Amino acid sequence: MAVTEGNGKGRLSASLPPWLKTTLLTIGSIAMTMLGLLFITFIIGRVMPIDPVLAIVGERASQSTYDAVFIELGLDKPLVVQFGYYIWDVLHLDFGTSLLNARPVSEDIARVFPATLELATLGIIIGIVIGVPLGVVAAARKGSWIDQVARVLALVGYSMPIFWLGLMGLLIFYGILGWVGGPGRVGIFYVDVVPSVTGLILVDAALDGNWDVFKNAFSHIILPASLLGYFSLAYISRMTRSFMLEQLSAEYITTARVKGMSEWDVIWKHAFKNIRVQLITVIALSYANLLEGSVLTEIIFSWPGIGSYITTALLSADMNAVLGGTVVVGLIFILLNIFSDLLYKVFDPRAN
Amino acid sequence: MNTFARLLTGVAMGVAVSMTSLSAVAETPANMLVIAHRIDDITTIDPAESFEFAGSDISRNVYSRLVMLDPNDLAAGYKPDLAESWEVSEDGKTITFTMREGVTFHSGNPVTAEDAAFSLQRAVILNKTPAFILTQFGFTAENAAETIRADGNKLMITTDKRYATSFVLNCLTATIGAIVDKETVMANEVDGDMGNEWLKTNSAGSGPYKLDSWKPNESVTMSSNPDYYGGAPAMERVIVRHVLESASQRLLLERGDVDIARNLNPEDIAGVSQADGVKVEDELKGRLMYIALNQKHPELSKPEVRQAFKYLIDYEGMRDSFLKGQYTIHQNFLPATYLGASEENPFSYNIEKAKELLEAAGVEDLEIEIGVREAQERIEIGQSFQNAAAQVGIKVNITVGTAKQILGRYRARELDVYLGAWGPDYPDPQTNAGTFAYNPDNSDEANATGLLAWRNSWDTGGLTEKVDAAVVENDRDMRIQMYQDIQAEFRETSPFVIMFQQIEQSALRDNVTDWSTGQAVTSAAYWQVTK
Repeated sequence: MAVTEGNGKGRLSASLPPWLKTTLLTIGSIAMTMLGLLFITFIIGRVMPIDPVLAIVGERASQSTYDAVFIELGLDKPLVVQFGYYIWDVLHLDFGTSLLNARPVSEDIARVFPATLELATLGIIIGIVIGVPLGVVAAARKGSWIDQVARVLALVGYSMPIFWLGLMGLLIFYGILGWVGGPGRVGIFYVDVVPSVTGLILVDAALDGNWDVFKNAFSHIILPASLLGYFSLAYISRMTRSFMLEQLSAEYITTARVKGMSEWDVIWKHAFKNIRVQLITVIALSYANLLEGSVLTEIIFSWPGIGSYITTALLSADMNAVLGGTVVVGLIFILLNIFSDLLYKVFDPRAN
Repeated sequence: MNTFARLLTGVAMGVAVSMTSLSAVAETPANMLVIAHRIDDITTIDPAESFEFAGSDISRNVYSRLVMLDPNDLAAGYKPDLAESWEVSEDGKTITFTMREGVTFHSGNPVTAEDAAFSLQRAVILNKTPAFILTQFGFTAENAAETIRADGNKLMITTDKRYATSFVLNCLTATIGAIVDKETVMANEVDGDMGNEWLKTNSAGSGPYKLDSWKPNESVTMSSNPDYYGGAPAMERVIVRHVLESASQRLLLERGDVDIARNLNPEDIAGVSQADGVKVEDELKGRLMYIALNQKHPELSKPEVRQAFKYLIDYEGMRDSFLKGQYTIHQNFLPATYLGASEENPFSYNIEKAKELLEAAGVEDLEIEIGVREAQERIEIGQSFQNAAAQVGIKVNITVGTAKQILGRYRARELDVYLGAWGPDYPDPQTNAGTFAYNPDNSDEANATGLLAWRNSWDTGGLTEKVDAAVVENDRDMRIQMYQDIQAEFRETSPFVIMFQQIEQSALRDNVTDWSTGQAVTSAAYWQVTK
């Protein structure tokens, strides 16, 4: 019997075209990962020593008010049943209502995620544009002053508390020099001036052709994005340097140099070409971390992003919001993984 | 951010600011008020449900009530608002309000006695957290239609017994007394919720401001109501921006991008008070910091031990160090600025006196657990108390936990000692008298978790009856005297060590005038502010 079943599965699998098989496997893997992620988050939320009912009604509520909300939240039902209800709702794209602000979680996420996306994207661009060349040059000029600078930059980026750098940045560039906008996504005169199409203020302002709003929003985002960019840069440049050093000590590089190839070609056409796949992993990981939301940066810059949203929700046992946020963050990681895999195949045919 | 981080930041900011000066200061428009404030406590803006500080600020400015507290003269007590006048029946149980004519809601609908009756009935029927402020007068979902009724231009409310009129009217100044637009609210009713879901995120008031938007953890925007019966406010637009970090609030204020910063820590208050164009204003708030001794504990229930603990608090040391500017010494259950408040603070830090009292009680080698919620200032007070107690041979074990952990045990009468805070619910002395000094049934079965005296298993020894008497006394001076007498006895006999009253320090641009956070009795008002 078991043999027959096994054969049957094999036949089914063999009959599917490879692309469909890969797609089905990917979807199955995403579904299982998401289910596991949701289950763990759900359980953590339920065993945390925070009372979601108390978070809603406050400590002054009468017992009858407390009991009514307890039942309304379904907390009187077994955990498995509560989880079952939640999954059922999620399958219907209903993430529930935030216990703390009475709005649909999907609406909240649609509001806070673009803020993080905008900040993280600009941050990673800064990280790549500066971090990669810096790492390459530092490796090519190992031991030179530029290598020392790159190493110090990386070390500072790793060891300096982000809230301190953020506050110092605000004090110097906003408070003293007045070069950038202060906390918040946009100045008070520009709030809600352009219609929200994507939720990304820079993009919405450009779409609307309102360049005053664009300039103002840019002046507000540039400092936190640079800060995040700096932390990405520190990691990316350090890893780039390390990958490049490994390549530059390889025999094929020596051969290329012996053949008289220019240093530029040796570095960029040979060595760098071979570290692209590794760099993709590093960059994807950095980007995913930024998209997860940098809570301290969001707090200092009053940036209403997903990091502080999930943290606030978690500390108040607003599990609908936490789970909704977890789904988004989980999806980001999975999608970036898939995207990285695709890029591997583009840059390295062996991956196929 | 932890203490070390705050200190590091504060020092760095201080050094940097002292070495240089801020660049040219911007200025908000003359008709706009911009406030930096923490507004992440807003969970709903339905006045029948809202019970948080920042939410109450919205309600105070968006909704009118039957009676109100004038932000320019809070000491005067309640004044007419949507009710032009009122009369009390001979039996003292029915108050008949005459509604102000010609007032409209933001929707354009006229404000009527029917709207007022609906608003109060709705709050009683929905029975959300603040409902007890009204239901303590005997209103229930079943009798609301008879006890709260409209007739033409009159609104009648009938309480279950005679109460001091000032008590009833003070309660109606609370957020739950807000009058909502019945037609607009009921047009948004879903499944018989009396518009609750809709009003959680929308407004239907007649106050000096209209709510334009509330973006959770981001901002609250209001615009002035040109048809407000009291005249359109000078500030045509009010924007409250959610800024969590004190240092960020300070920078925004010093740069002139906000007019008011409401959550500066002591280091930043000290910093801005030196800055040009900025002033700091203090207001006493209602929050009290206290320690309570569970009377189920055989040693803690001895009168001498209760007294001894009151001498084990380094009141001045804490006020002048980590609580500097944030709290003042206050040893009575009625916050200063309340009707009947007492300024008597007879206890001081006196280890020898505490030792004498403990010896007289025959207490030796006492070991107790004190429950503290995870808030920095509370933990530091706990540690100060722990040090003082060690000097008289009492071992104090501090248990730090979340609200669920600590409050759960406190409400279940399980903690030896609780260190926490209490804020009044409405601007009448009954709000605190009725919880600190009132406990009609001290049995476990009574389960009166809302009463602090019950939570500490304290039979108030006659104070309960005195509180009952004070709440029906209609002579204002007599009522004041009664509360002062109750507090004098309470100070000596109760197991509560009341230590501090909160001060709110607002930092303002110096062109802002008439700012009011509402002191201990109410919330912040914007309509009287000018620049």
